[in-house]
Amino acid sequence: MSSASSAATGHDAVAPTVAPQRQRMGSLLIRVSTLLLALLVIVEVLHAAGVISFGFPNWQPILFGYVLWSAALCWGLILRDGEMGWRALFVLPAILFTLALVIFPTFFGFFIAFSDWNLQSATGRQFNGLDNLRQLWADPYFWNALGNMVFYVLTVIVQYAIAFGLAMLLNADIKAQKFFRVAFLLPFMLSPVAVSWMIGKSMLEYRFGPVTNLLRWLGWENPSLLTSPWLAKTTIAIMDAWVWIPFMMIMILAGLQALSKEVQEAAKVDGATGWQGFWQITFPLMLPVSMTTIVLRIIFQLKLADIVINTTSGGPGGATDTISSFIFREYKDRSNVGYGTMIAEVYLIIIIIFVALLLWATSRFMQRHA
Amino acid sequence: MKIEHYNMMMSRRGMLKSAAGAAALAAIGGPALNIRTAFAADDLRAAILKIPGVGAGQPTDADWQKVGEMCLGPTKENVAEGEFKGVELSFMGLNNQNVHNVLFRGLSKAWADYTGATINWIDLAQADYNARLQQSIATGTVDFDVIEMGAPFEGDVCGKGLASVMPDWVAKQIDMDDYVGYLKAPVGTWDGKTYRVSCDGDCHNFNYRSDVFADAGLAEEWKKSSGAGEWGVPKTWQQVNAATKFLKGKQLNGQDLYGYLDPCKGWGGFAFYFLGSRATAYAKHPDDRAFLFDPDTMKPRVNNPAWVRAIQDVIDSLPSLPADQLNADPGTTGFQQFLAGTGSMLSWWGDIGSNVKTNDTSVVGDVTAFDILPGSDDVYNAKTGQWEKLASGPNYAPNMAYIGWGIYVMARVDADAKKQKAAWSLAAHLGGKDISLWMAAYPSGFQPYRQSHFNVAEWTASGYDEAFIKNFLDSQANSYNHPNAAIEPRIPGIFQYYSVAEDELSKIYAGQMTAQAGADAIAAAWEKITDQLGRDNQIKLYKASLGM
Repeated sequence: MSSASSAATGHDAVAPTVAPQRQRMGSLLIRVSTLLLALLVIVEVLHAAGVISFGFPNWQPILFGYVLWSAALCWGLILRDGEMGWRALFVLPAILFTLALVIFPTFFGFFIAFSDWNLQSATGRQFNGLDNLRQLWADPYFWNALGNMVFYVLTVIVQYAIAFGLAMLLNADIKAQKFFRVAFLLPFMLSPVAVSWMIGKSMLEYRFGPVTNLLRWLGWENPSLLTSPWLAKTTIAIMDAWVWIPFMMIMILAGLQALSKEVQEAAKVDGATGWQGFWQITFPLMLPVSMTTIVLRIIFQLKLADIVINTTSGGPGGATDTISSFIFREYKDRSNVGYGTMIAEVYLIIIIIFVALLLWATSRFMQRHA
Repeated sequence: MKIEHYNMMMSRRGMLKSAAGAAALAAIGGPALNIRTAFAADDLRAAILKIPGVGAGQPTDADWQKVGEMCLGPTKENVAEGEFKGVELSFMGLNNQNVHNVLFRGLSKAWADYTGATINWIDLAQADYNARLQQSIATGTVDFDVIEMGAPFEGDVCGKGLASVMPDWVAKQIDMDDYVGYLKAPVGTWDGKTYRVSCDGDCHNFNYRSDVFADAGLAEEWKKSSGAGEWGVPKTWQQVNAATKFLKGKQLNGQDLYGYLDPCKGWGGFAFYFLGSRATAYAKHPDDRAFLFDPDTMKPRVNNPAWVRAIQDVIDSLPSLPADQLNADPGTTGFQQFLAGTGSMLSWWGDIGSNVKTNDTSVVGDVTAFDILPGSDDVYNAKTGQWEKLASGPNYAPNMAYIGWGIYVMARVDADAKKQKAAWSLAAHLGGKDISLWMAAYPSGFQPYRQSHFNVAEWTASGYDEAFIKNFLDSQANSYNHPNAAIEPRIPGIFQYYSVAEDELSKIYAGQMTAQAGADAIAAAWEKITDQLGRDNQIKLYKASLGM
């Protein structure tokens, strides 16, 4: 086939026709493998429910069956649809992977969430209807943690302001610019767990921590940063900010570098002051990047747990608790799988609604300022 | 450090000058030589206790390996060299304070070299232990052959048939008759079968600063402040509370003084033991075996006047404690505060006693003394609902918190006779009579638990001051043997109860609720857990664990 005809036919460069025998083989492979997988699942479901006496000792064969079925499906599509099957293969493995590791667990989570399942219970898992939901509604630990999350999310605005300032600084023509860019990124490269130990447990330690000793030297008699509710909450927020500001900074810096210098220079020629240049030129132009950065950061912030778990265990009196650290305790210390899953699923729904509203509001805001 | 270099160094230390040292060197001269034939048992015990010797710094991996090698005699009597070649064992345990599993690695190296088995280690932090174990049990993914486990979990593991029954040769090798009374059956057994090789015997004892309570200046000030009686070591919680308040703002040798150190931050359920140590003297009546739940109904007693009084004591003490006490877990109170010189009274497991003189971070080695937990002038009788003053004087009820670590072999090895023998041999090696003496004497995470551990002469030979070690061992033995000891229930889910209590206690200590309201909230949460786990079953197991 000539290059001219190839260009003319576009994506239909290869003839779509597939031999009928291959088509039949492909269809057969897909049908048989699907049937076998369905059979495996039905047998194991009936076995687990006690309806039949034979079955597998655990669900592992179903997993292997799914993997084999996925391979058979891909192969079957190629046989049946030829070029179209090959094209499907670009995305199908990713879909099957997501289905197995994201979609299925999420929906299976709902199944667990409506059950009374304590790992140490003599009776095992029992369906308990809406009991977990009622318990959650009346659970002061959940509402306390949710309230704390509002505080932690609001600190993202402060983090954004600092990140913007740092990004402006690194975007300016300063000495050792590359060094500072790497240096400012370092906290983001550290694991929050490492940060909570190095900073929360060591540098902020009341007796020997260098930070607390510095505060003493500055005149603060008892610099106990993690024992009064608001101070502890603020200290956690500062540690978290130290890790995540570089992420926001690098996003904003990328946006700043993409801005046209000519617009800013024209404003200068027209007599705009530095502040006017920032507030009326740079900031509005950066709004799309800023909004993306803030939304992403809020999503990360809603998952805050590691620093809290390692540094304060949610204390004092739940002052620093987050939903994730509360879920962690329900699972880890109390083996309360059913209720823990209910909290996780409800929180997921809250996050989805919140982020959807945030995106909608952002979009409206951007349209108004376009 | 290589073992050969270590040997050379040890010889320089003067090992050859002593008969025990000479015997040790002879024993390691050839691997085929049975150590037992070269050592008299007493010589071996004396020799291992000199490694590295009290005051010679904290033991290192080379020391652990050396001790493990010297204590290999009993293994050699039951296992041929290379008998377990090709066997691979997984061992799950803790890595707290760089002991437990970290120590076991060194102690079992010679065992692995001799038997040919290999060991894969699964290390867990204290706060992660319960969760990891429960998930393995519930999901049927027990991926370890041997586990370091506390007796409170026996209901979860042995009760579900997950553990291997101890063979007779193991019982003989480890000399189980040597255990202190409270570690003998029913502890370590389930339905009459034995599952546990003990390697620890837990109780909370009372650690205090002898210099603080013997200081003439403080005695003078105590008198001026109209303190009750003479200034001295508190014997009751009432006196502990008074001393804690008195010490606020005082100094000794230029250092701020604090009284009794309460841990106020959760520790994966383990911090609840420390409230228990305050509460048992109030709540454990000599005529009643139970103190946590009503044994007939599983109704919690945690909100009765005795427990509420203990909680209130903590609340009242907090203003007199270091400013960061709300964020202090037991690891902090024991190792970052008390050993480092902050605080003058502490309840802890025996680790404090074995660390004050041997841990490099300790600054209180010469000024620490011990006793059983303080008593109370009166005790609450849950049956009558009245506070009582006993004719015999204050009520003492040492808290047998956790009942000690043990080594258990999992039933999954039973299908393979060679692997089963290897697993039990390893357990027996680590829980052996002689090696356990060394573990009790040095930082290991374990405290004395055998009658043979209470021979003061052995400890003094290793460099311990006689008065110090006698005082420490007495505090342990008197706790174990106390007629009113508070024994922890071995019921499933016990750490769920403790964990949920820690959450409520955190709120109480932060001033968000009163002691009574908080205790009521704990009781309500405990009732919910009991219902969830199955009340009838819990009652049955609770009664069994109390010997009722």
